Amino acid sequence: MSIRTTHEIHQRRFGRNLGVGLALVAFVVIVFGLTVVKVTRGDFEPVTASEGQN
Amino acid sequence: MSDVSINSAIREDEASFGDFFALLKPRVMTLVVFTAFVGLLAAPVPVHPMVGFCAILFIALGGGASGALNMWWDADIDSVMKRTRKRPIPSGKVTGSDALAIGLALSALSVTMLTLATNPMAGAMLAFTIFFYVVVYSMWLKRLTPQNIVIGGAAGAFPPVIGWLAATGTMAVEPWLMFALVFMWTPPHFWALALFMRSDYDDAGVPMLTVTHGRRATRQHILVYTVLLSVLALGAAFTAIGGPIYLATSVVVNLMFLRGALRIWRRDEDASEADNFAVERAFFRLSLWYLFVHFGAILIEALLRPYGLGGWG
Repeated sequence: MSIRTTHEIHQRRFGRNLGVGLALVAFVVIVFGLTVVKVTRGDFEPVTASEGQN
Repeated sequence: MSDVSINSAIREDEASFGDFFALLKPRVMTLVVFTAFVGLLAAPVPVHPMVGFCAILFIALGGGASGALNMWWDADIDSVMKRTRKRPIPSGKVTGSDALAIGLALSALSVTMLTLATNPMAGAMLAFTIFFYVVVYSMWLKRLTPQNIVIGGAAGAFPPVIGWLAATGTMAVEPWLMFALVFMWTPPHFWALALFMRSDYDDAGVPMLTVTHGRRATRQHILVYTVLLSVLALGAAFTAIGGPIYLATSVVVNLMFLRGALRIWRRDEDASEADNFAVERAFFRLSLWYLFVHFGAILIEALLRPYGLGGWG
């Protein structure tokens, strides 16, 4: 007979896995959002020759 | 896999996600977040909301990482003290090596991400803060000197400086005023706690001022630091981070704080024990408000400045 009953420990493990999963998703969203902001603002634009001389 | 092997893999005290989160000292983190936020907004450089959000998040994460490393190092004394006995490591929910791994990983992540999100100066200052709190305070001086709280206060005072650096990328006097405010506030705050949680530090053998120099000396130290703090806090009202709102707030709160310190200084142990340290407890509660109100006033002055209302015009 297979084990079907969910022990409280299993719920705790699920909560832990869910927490880590959500933290990772949040991290991906944050890095993506930050990248969009930085690219839009031109933070990664190379210095042009004329600007470099100024 | 048999039923037996499944059951043997279950540990009743297995950590939940909340136990790992508790390693990051969330209550301390609220102070870090708030003071860093004020440092960021008080800076005279506008910050993109997304960059500002990331800066605060990674400063908080760095603070949490140093909290986890502190818990890893101090697990032995945490298990002795009543106040800290239920922390994840002494309660057996998280292992010391797990806490160390989480602390180191989050330290590296927070410093790297803050550098990428803002600038190398802010990242370097966060790295220095973690180093200062974990190595200089926790590992080196906490168990060596009764001035441990003063040094710990310095570690907790860096977040507004990091917030300022995240916005500007350069050093200035103003964030160090905010640093000084937290730095001078910490000793009276913690010594008041040590007065009414006394057996804790005795049992753990931490050279708290109450243990090494006696309770009378601690009461005197609280008064001296509170006087110095009040001078500093009121003086800051006339600098670039202050203004009329800050001054009015600071006068009221400092008068209350000074009154509390005076009452603590005047009392002896019999009087304190008679009312279960009511005055010391009230002073401790007020100290929590003290910092919140001062940084709140700095924040209001900073937010009003673009409209020509904040500061001394």
